[in-house]
This record gives sequence, structure tokens and C-alpha cells, in this order.
Amino acid sequence: MALLEITGLSKGFGSTTAVEEVSLSIERGAFFALLGPSGCGKTTLLRLIAGFETPDTGRIVIDGIDVTKLPPYLRPVNMMFQSYALFPHLDVAGNIAFGLRQERMDRRRIAVRVEEMLALVQMEGYARRRPHELSGGQRQRVALARALAKMPRLLLLDEPLAALDRRLRAETRVELIGIQERVGITFMVVTHDQEEALSMAAQVAVMNRGRLIQTGAPSEIYERPATRFVANFVGEVNLFDGRLIAGVASPALAVEGFDKPIPLPAHTHLLEGTTATLAVRPEKLLLSRAPAAEFALAATVSSIGYFGGGSIVHLATGEGRALKAYLSGVAAGSLRRGAPVWVSWPPEEGVVLTQ
Amino acid sequence: MTGLGRIGRLIFIGVPFLWLAVFFLLPFLIVVKISLAESTIGIPPYTPLVAHQVSGLELHATLANFGLIAKDDLYLRAYLGSLGNAALATALCLLIGYPIAYAIARSQGSVRQILLFLIILPFWTSFLIRVYAWMAILEPQGLLNQFLIALGLISTPLPLLNNQFSVELGLVYSYLPFMILPLYGSLSRLDPNLVEAAGDLGARPSQTFLGVVLPLTMPGIAAGSLLVLIPAIGEFVIPELLGGPDTLMIGKVLWDEFFNNRDWPVAAAVAVVLVALLAVPLLAAQRFLERERAA
Repeated sequence: MALLEITGLSKGFGSTTAVEEVSLSIERGAFFALLGPSGCGKTTLLRLIAGFETPDTGRIVIDGIDVTKLPPYLRPVNMMFQSYALFPHLDVAGNIAFGLRQERMDRRRIAVRVEEMLALVQMEGYARRRPHELSGGQRQRVALARALAKMPRLLLLDEPLAALDRRLRAETRVELIGIQERVGITFMVVTHDQEEALSMAAQVAVMNRGRLIQTGAPSEIYERPATRFVANFVGEVNLFDGRLIAGVASPALAVEGFDKPIPLPAHTHLLEGTTATLAVRPEKLLLSRAPAAEFALAATVSSIGYFGGGSIVHLATGEGRALKAYLSGVAAGSLRRGAPVWVSWPPEEGVVLTQ
Repeated sequence: MTGLGRIGRLIFIGVPFLWLAVFFLLPFLIVVKISLAESTIGIPPYTPLVAHQVSGLELHATLANFGLIAKDDLYLRAYLGSLGNAALATALCLLIGYPIAYAIARSQGSVRQILLFLIILPFWTSFLIRVYAWMAILEPQGLLNQFLIALGLISTPLPLLNNQFSVELGLVYSYLPFMILPLYGSLSRLDPNLVEAAGDLGARPSQTFLGVVLPLTMPGIAAGSLLVLIPAIGEFVIPELLGGPDTLMIGKVLWDEFFNNRDWPVAAAVAVVLVALLAVPLLAAQRFLERERAA
């Protein structure tokens, strides 16, 4: 049985729908990421699970118990707020102990648990500090320790890394994964940062306009996006819109302005004339001095950006289309701005999208 | 501050100091001077502090007025009466004002503006007229008694005016806005995420209130209590108009000394002692607020 089971959850504010017909299930011990642009309803979904909002329709079941109508203080869920929401009148130990005091835990056991939590987030020796005496990164750790102190079934993290600077973010990301593995609590992270979601979570759900678009492993989301939105939002992509030609030999896409149709993966089963979009990730593109395949696009290099470990090459095709290609290592070293190249890719690497 | 220069800084700091010196310190020193004089018949009705004699300048100062205040227990009872009435009024204002301030702080945009406006609205009418209105409401043939008799709830008018009840009612009514406004300020600055975080960590609404909301709005409670307590202790109009023969408040005693007995030195001594007494809670609250701000 899944730890969290959400069925048909909807929530509107006035005339706008924040969350629409969301169904979702999360396995025990999973590291789950909810990914979407700002305003897509992911924070509302998190607040519905925590109990700060009541859904208009739908059910939330945690560990077999229907919590849909329970107030936040009766749910086996804790949340780490984006703003951390540390109590300014309590010191670090007081903040971490707050939840334990509410359940009237024995004083000595509270002290032990607080020490454990401080050790877990590597904040030993900071027990007597007040939140305003801590740096942003330290506050984030205290917020995490406070949310974990009650050993909830499910930990909700609202943009846990957003307030940290870039360097600290990368470090903390790794630490979060380590902490999750050690405590074994199910984590549900809300983020708008696709890199964060893909690198941390074992399962990712992509949301847009209140709806859940696609759920799957990070590689599935990236390699096999279900919609044009997912392809565009998660990572960089080259998109070609056109109409399907279910040719005799193999399916292809007729794109306006292109002389030849673009070959599609052989397993594409769509009706002739269907409007579809072909998505090709930049790292799938092959650049060569002579046409390397039956289908190749003539292009010129418009710019090269080296980012260490690889380069991003911006290309302009003869049809007047801009493409992006990633070249690993120093492969782009031989390319010059304005140089003519041929662009091709194995047809199987393309993804055909119909919505 | 760099753009202001030395003179600019002096003016910046100096103006408020000058204001306090001219409009508070100087009048207070005059009152202190009068409190050290003796009462005489004349204009002004007290002896000069420094007299011109043939032998030169001579200082006339006496602590007899303070001695009188200490000896006659009327003054002590009046001070205690004022303190008791004012403390009760402060407590009642806090109990009534906190839920009101909470509701205003949690209301949305335009509703909040209207509610705040309603709190400030009574200030548009003279304080004196509002107290007179209470007399019309509370007197034996007043609105409230007539209403209750018409309803058949009582047969003879209740003694609502000129007693302890009407004084307390007047104090609470008059000073409630001074409690609500600072409380509202404190509550509206309270991060709603903190309340949610407390609930998320298992605190019931009552536990959240006692453990998070109340401690974080302490500055508002201290400021509001002070704004009610201090003027309520020195209040003169309310005990004069709504009080009865048993109402003993220091403001009224001061008024009687000044206008009925024309004993300016004793009246001034009463005032000096009052200021000294009020300075204690004021300084304590000031220290508390400063510590809160530092945290």
C-alpha cells in the first residue's frame, strides 16, 4: 500500500482553480519531487496535504487513514516552510523541541531527541542560538531538524533550497539525499528548479496549471516527456511542429518550410495528417562537415558557449530555424562562428508529442 | 548620515530634545517649584521660591506639602484607588481588545480598513461629550434603564450611574482604542507561517496561541497596556462625571486641591508624586520593549 494516496483532489480560490483533479500515489520511503513553474498549484497541493487548505473535492489518505478532514495538528505530516518559519522567540533547541512538547513528551527524551536532530543536521553547539543569530544555511538546517524531530510519516519540503546561494544549494542537495536515506522518512519536495528535482528525487511529478501532467523516474521525464510542456520545462529541447506522414517505409513529419519530411521513430503509430511535435534533446544532435545520415539539415554556427565539460552550440538552419546542440568535452573546439555544418540525429532519439 | 554633516546631525537630534525640554521638562520644573512653595492668598497663590531681601537672595523651599501627602491617608487611598481602577480597566481593555485586534488583523483589505476606521471614529467626537452621553445612557431615567423596564426585565431602575461600575465602564470605553491599535500593529506583523508551523508541529489552536501568538505580540500588549494604564491613573473627567461619592481617584483629588481649595503647592506636590509613580511602570515597559527590539 502506498504511503500517500491522493484521489481526484481539486481546490479553487474564487474563480481560479489552483489544483484540478489531481490523483497521485507515493510509495513509503520515496524521495518524491513535485516540479512545476510558479503558480502551477504545487504549493497549494502541498498545503492541502499538510492540512492548511481544505479541498473542494477529493480525498487524501496517509498510511491508510483518510486525513482529508483532519486539522494540521492531527496529521502525521510535517512541513519545512520555504521561509523556514522558525519561531523568533525560541532558541534553536526550543524550535526543534516545539513539536515534541505538544505531544507532552518526557523532558529527558526531548533533550535526547534535540541532540540527535542537531547532530543529524550538523548543528551541534548551536542549541542556544536564536534564529536571527544564524546564517541562511544554518536556519535551513534548523528548519529541517524541527520538521524531522517528530519523525513524521511524510515530510513536506516547500522549495527547501530556494533561499540558499548557488554553491550551498548544490551541497545541501546532496546532504538532503543523505539525510533522507538515513531517517527513511518519505520526502515530498516542491520545486520549480528542474535540475533540483531530477537530481534529488527518485520519482518526479510535473505539474502545470493545477494539473498533474506526468509522473515518473527523472530519466523517464527527461527522455520520454509526455507533453510539449514537459519537454520544454524539463531541460532544453529542439521542437519541430508538423503533420504526420505515415509513409510506406517509415513514419515522418512534414514541417512547413522543410524540403524533406523529418524521419520519426519507427514505433510511431499515429494517423496520417495528425498534427504532432517532434522533440529532440540538444545532446542527441550530431554535427558533421558532410551529411551523416539520409536526413540532415544544413546549418551555420551562430554562437558557441563553453561551460566547462562541454559546450552549447547555437545553430541556424537553412530554413531559418534556431537549434541547440550540446557537445561534450572539447568537441566544439574545431567549430568557428559562421562555419557551415550538417545537423542530424538518429530518428529513434526523437520523441513525438501530440499535446 | 554622511550627507547631513555635523550641523545637520545636531539639528536632527536637537529638535526633539528641544521640544521635550520646552514643552515637558520646563513645565514640570515649574510644577516642582510650586510644590516646594507655601500657599498664600494672592496672585499667584503661592510664595516665591527665591525672595529678594536686603541681605541678598534668599531661598524659600519647604517639603511640607509632601509631608502632608504622606501623613493624610486620603492621598494614599486616592493613589491606590486610581491604580486599582486603572489596572482593572487595563486588564479589561486587554481582554476585550485582543480578540478585536486579532479579528481586524486577520480580515482582508477593505474590510480591515473599515474596521480600523470604526476604531478611530470615536475620536472625531469630543471626549467630554462622549462621557456625557454615557450619563444620559446610565442615569436612573436614562436610555438603558428605560429600555430594560420597557422589556419588563426590571421594575425599578438599576443604579448604574455614579458608582464604581460606571467609572470602570467609562475608563474601558474611553481607552479601548489605545489598547486595540498597538495590539493590531503587533498582530498584523505576525508572520502567518509561524501560526501554520505551530499547527503543523502538532499544536492545537489554544497551544499555538499561548506558545507562539501571545509571546510574539508581547510588545503590542506592553505598549497598549501602558497607553491605557498611564492616562487612566491620572484620569479626572471620568471619575468626576461618572463617579460617585465613594469614587476616590487621584486626578479628582488634584482637581479639588487646585480649583476648590486653591492650594496650588499641595496640588503641585500631588502631581509630582504622580509623575514619579507613573515613571516606574513606564521605565520598566521601556526596558522590556528595548530588549524585545534587540532580540
